[in-house]
Amino acid sequence: MIGSVYSLMALGLTLIYGILHIPNFAHGNKYMLGAFISLSLVAIWKINYWLAIVISMVVLASIGMLVERLIYRPLHDQPHINSFIAAIGLLLLLEGIAFAIWGGEWQRFPFAYTQNIHFFGITITLHRVLVILATGALIVFLQIFIKKTSWGWAIEAVAQNREGAHLVGINVPFVTSLAFAIGTALAAAASSLVGPVYLIYPAMGSLPLIKAFVVIIMGGMGSLPGAVIGGYLLGLIESLAGGYISVIYADLFAFAVLVIVLAIKPTGLFGKGPEG
Amino acid sequence: MKRWAIIIILISLISLPLFVQAQYPLHLLIMVGIWSIAASSLNLILGYTGQASLGHAAFFGIGAYASALLMIRAGFSFWLAMPLASLIAALFGFLIGLPALRTRGGYFAIATLGFNLIVTIIIDHWEALTQGGAGISGIPKPDPLLLPFVGKVAFTTMAAQYYLILFFLVVTLFLTYRIVHSLVGKTYLAIRGSEALAESLGINSMWNKIVSFTISAFFAGLAGALYASYHGFISPDTSNFHISFDLLIYLLVGGVATLPGPIIGAIIMTIIPETLQFLLEYRIIFYGSFLIVIVIFLPRGLVGLWLSSLWPRIRGRKNCLMVPESK
Repeated sequence: MIGSVYSLMALGLTLIYGILHIPNFAHGNKYMLGAFISLSLVAIWKINYWLAIVISMVVLASIGMLVERLIYRPLHDQPHINSFIAAIGLLLLLEGIAFAIWGGEWQRFPFAYTQNIHFFGITITLHRVLVILATGALIVFLQIFIKKTSWGWAIEAVAQNREGAHLVGINVPFVTSLAFAIGTALAAAASSLVGPVYLIYPAMGSLPLIKAFVVIIMGGMGSLPGAVIGGYLLGLIESLAGGYISVIYADLFAFAVLVIVLAIKPTGLFGKGPEG
Repeated sequence: MKRWAIIIILISLISLPLFVQAQYPLHLLIMVGIWSIAASSLNLILGYTGQASLGHAAFFGIGAYASALLMIRAGFSFWLAMPLASLIAALFGFLIGLPALRTRGGYFAIATLGFNLIVTIIIDHWEALTQGGAGISGIPKPDPLLLPFVGKVAFTTMAAQYYLILFFLVVTLFLTYRIVHSLVGKTYLAIRGSEALAESLGINSMWNKIVSFTISAFFAGLAGALYASYHGFISPDTSNFHISFDLLIYLLVGGVATLPGPIIGAIIMTIIPETLQFLLEYRIIFYGSFLIVIVIFLPRGLVGLWLSSLWPRIRGRKNCLMVPESK
């Protein structure tokens, strides 16, 4: 299940990286905002959980487009390091805003699907099954969107060659903000889905963010299948290492894997090789 | 002209404790000095060699822990523990540079960030060595030193500590200056400009990057060792990756690839949060938006602004050649 979160986060990140070539450090805070928004929707306005997830995805998608327009676009012609710092600034900004609105306490979703399911001798809660199913559905949906619709083709084209896409008449700025919106919405989906299992607080995004970076490095930056497979692989490695070796050092294995992958194949398992 | 400016700044910095007696401003100045050393170390690899490391808090933390443990567990004097700790940090820099520097750009940043997290997790959990989350307290101050003309100096007063930090800051800047203006520095600039081009000139870019990263880690470790002995207390937070981000911010606000840049950045970013205390938890919102605005409107930092527009305007248009090479 943790693999599902990593996959969704990594998909969003890799989509944005493929288009803009910036590591979006603020992604973890979009994740956090998504969780807070659906939490508020469910807890205060008593909206159905699934509807709340959709609303939070839409809200986050608009925030993502806004951020792209206001911050990343003016920086596009400058060295990458500047977008980098802007992302860190954004990270602090969003965290501060969340802290001001929702406070620093740890919060819990008011409900979860707590029934247990017995399945070939394994017992897991219903919610976890739903998370896995919903993630699968989202991944399939995204794959269809990218491969079968003209907008999806446009995103792929821009990721492959920005100028080339411009030449054949693709509206590059629009596609960029579209990719940003989808990437951000995926972060919101990931956090809202696992929200009921974990606690929600302003700094919750930093660890999943870094794990997602590990995943996209493992899978090769900008590679969508790499992100999905890498996500589940990392989830598995962590759970197995946590279970068999040491729980305390479970997080460590993620980064150890990162260093090993970089040492052996710097462009990632599914990477296409260095560009430029 | 430039030499006189430097001498005047040095004299005023040296005489500063004669006028400033209060503890708090001196404390701020000492912190600025420590962060300046750390940010200068990052400047060498990021500003001059063009490799954006997000792992410098790891070297800072390694330096701090190594010197603290050498002093407390092994009973070393500060004057022996500090260089040893810096060397240990440099060794880690060398070892981590071997795999990490094979990557470029964003990959390198994330690889170093990953290394930083590994270090923090190990410090947090290896309780037998580092006492885990409780941290190490009671780190001794430097032993008294017998100096010519001045006599015996005990590092118990704030002013003495201020001079200690100032001394190492000047040493760091001097060495950075010498490196950057040597043939090696030119090599680093060539690598920053284009690795492929540098290699075509017969430069071994991998080796040069590793050396630059190792030197950079050395100074970051030095800053960490100074921090440990000044504060007397270190915890896993000392190597938190937020510190790596902070160093990057100091560098960017001040001006990348300039000698005074990291110092100016450290001064501004230390003083602004102090003056914003009244904003309480909204402070971080301001801090974040300030960064974004700086990056969008002043991409080369304050020193960059000074060199490219203000200074030529003061000196007249003739001296526009003062502007250092940029991308």
